[in-house]
Amino acid sequence: MASMTKADIGGMLARQGILIAFAVFIIGFTIANDRFLSPDNVMGVIRSSAILGVMALGVTFVVISGNLDLSVGSMMSFSTIVVLDLHDKIGPFLAIPAMFAMTLCLGAFIGFLVGYLKLNSLIVTLGMLSAIHGLTLTYSGGQNMDIADKEGTWFGVFGQGSALGIPVPILIFLALAALLGIILAKTAFGRKVYAVGGNGTAATFSGIKRARIVFLCYIMSSACVAVAGLIQASRSMGSQNTVGQGLELDVLAAVILGGASLLGGSGTIFKTVIGVLILGFIQNGLLLLGLQFYVQNVVTWVIIILAVWLDIAAKRGKLWSNIA
Amino acid sequence: MEAGNLSKILKNSAIWGFIVLELIFFSIAGEFLSLSDKAFMDVDNMLLLLKQSAPIGIIAMGMTIIMVNGNIDLSVGAIFALSAVILLDSLSWSVFAGLGDWVIPVSWTLALLTGVALGAINGLIVWKTGVDAFIVTLGSMLGFRGLVFMYNGENPTSSLNWTLVDFAEAQFLGFHTATWFLAVVTLIIWYIMTRTVHGRNAYAIGDNREAAVNAGIKVGPHMLINFMIIGFLSALSAVVFYSESGSVNPNDGQLYELWVITAVVLGGTKLTGGSGSIVSTLGGVLAIQLLRKGLGHIGADTSTVNLVIGLILIAVLFLDRQLNAKGKEELKI
Repeated sequence: MASMTKADIGGMLARQGILIAFAVFIIGFTIANDRFLSPDNVMGVIRSSAILGVMALGVTFVVISGNLDLSVGSMMSFSTIVVLDLHDKIGPFLAIPAMFAMTLCLGAFIGFLVGYLKLNSLIVTLGMLSAIHGLTLTYSGGQNMDIADKEGTWFGVFGQGSALGIPVPILIFLALAALLGIILAKTAFGRKVYAVGGNGTAATFSGIKRARIVFLCYIMSSACVAVAGLIQASRSMGSQNTVGQGLELDVLAAVILGGASLLGGSGTIFKTVIGVLILGFIQNGLLLLGLQFYVQNVVTWVIIILAVWLDIAAKRGKLWSNIA
Repeated sequence: MEAGNLSKILKNSAIWGFIVLELIFFSIAGEFLSLSDKAFMDVDNMLLLLKQSAPIGIIAMGMTIIMVNGNIDLSVGAIFALSAVILLDSLSWSVFAGLGDWVIPVSWTLALLTGVALGAINGLIVWKTGVDAFIVTLGSMLGFRGLVFMYNGENPTSSLNWTLVDFAEAQFLGFHTATWFLAVVTLIIWYIMTRTVHGRNAYAIGDNREAAVNAGIKVGPHMLINFMIIGFLSALSAVVFYSESGSVNPNDGQLYELWVITAVVLGGTKLTGGSGSIVSTLGGVLAIQLLRKGLGHIGADTSTVNLVIGLILIAVLFLDRQLNAKGKEELKI
């Protein structure tokens, strides 16, 4: 359209800012290093982002419903340790459902506290971060868990296997993203999640059971964590108690990069996937440039702030805030 | 007495009641379970407890202002680490070689200025961009930690200055240097929050930002100052702690934000802003330290400590809501 004003263009730039930034990064890294976009490298990046990605999918639901989940990191350690331990005790066929059941119980507990008891999700999940970490240590007695017979089990298929030339973690991540994307965008439940996060009071008045929706969001989140724990356990066949420590913040960073507002009511699965890939490709690109892992932290910092800033600047139509 | 007053008193003294309960419990349980034959309520043990409360406690005072103001700061652990690195590294800078022991106040000042500057970065971003403090400080938590690593790679930064160690280990009237720092910080922040315009405005802004703006309070500079205060206090906490230990790992201070926020919330400060008290925060800090020490005393390991503290945090949140539940809808962060 010829009649687009400068403000329109600015708004569009800001709204699509994260995609544009992504494109600029990809182009920049490709010019700097021609291995960056090779199929092997791309596959490697997505594969190593899969665990973070799967967790971010679940947290997207929680964030859209207007809450936070800081417990996913230690919950992931828990499921990894449990499934590794049970693998040798009762075999993989039973270990996997048992681990899922236990992880879902934790999710249900958080969902109950935040949904039905209406407690502040930041504090509850902060408490659960600590509590689940303690639970994991108690369960394992502080020991690392290892599968005794690493060769003689099919358990490695989730983390190490590949089908049609694509690693299984990527397939799981993409399949789960497609499934949850459809649930969020196309079902009544998905619309209720947006409604609860956008305006809880209005949602309640229109007959939506807020508590139940929030509860289910945490169930989704813990189910995703269980999947992530399964991939992690299967990939390494052994693990420390702290394998997921600090991941909650990376997960949250990915979700926020994807443009979900912490106030709830906005965000999509697709954008979260983009957020996960951005984090993954930046890390990989900086590594290929020969920079240390911690430079990535600083870059992520700048990108998160810029992304969120541009997003809200576009919404208010002004670059600087109105705070006096 | 009105019912409202009663529940207010109950709430304000709850944390101290909890501390007394802890003391009684660990004293009795210690008789049966403890491996050492020393009593839990031993004077030396209690003095040590106060000293060990200082690093978290000093930061918690700043976090109380931030949270009363309606913000949050997740980057305190990273600020703590970066200030510590600056402190210990600058002790051996060749520029200061001629200063002798006078390098100590210089290094302290540099470390504290680092904290203030990092806090100012947070505050300015929150003010000027209008991005939520949670996101801003989540980002700077990563970023500042990255700076710590960029400074000295994955190596620890060490510098042992015996004058400094002597100072940090000194005891005045029985209390350790760190305890005195905590006491003075608590007193000053308490004064600011209860006796100055700045403190009153912090409550006003946290309670109802729009009303505060209409009343002519400058919200932006106010928040900036508060972020500088917590940056300063995070650095001070590092100064107090590392003057004694003399060596900092780039991962030090991780999860400090969680401990600090737990202490402040235990003390009854609301995440939604507008309410909270410095004295109760001190109670929260002591309660947590007592719990860690007490559980250690009766032979529990770290896993139990983590489990118990997590569950207590949730329980406090629940009780607090029951005491406040008068049709007040909790705001989301």
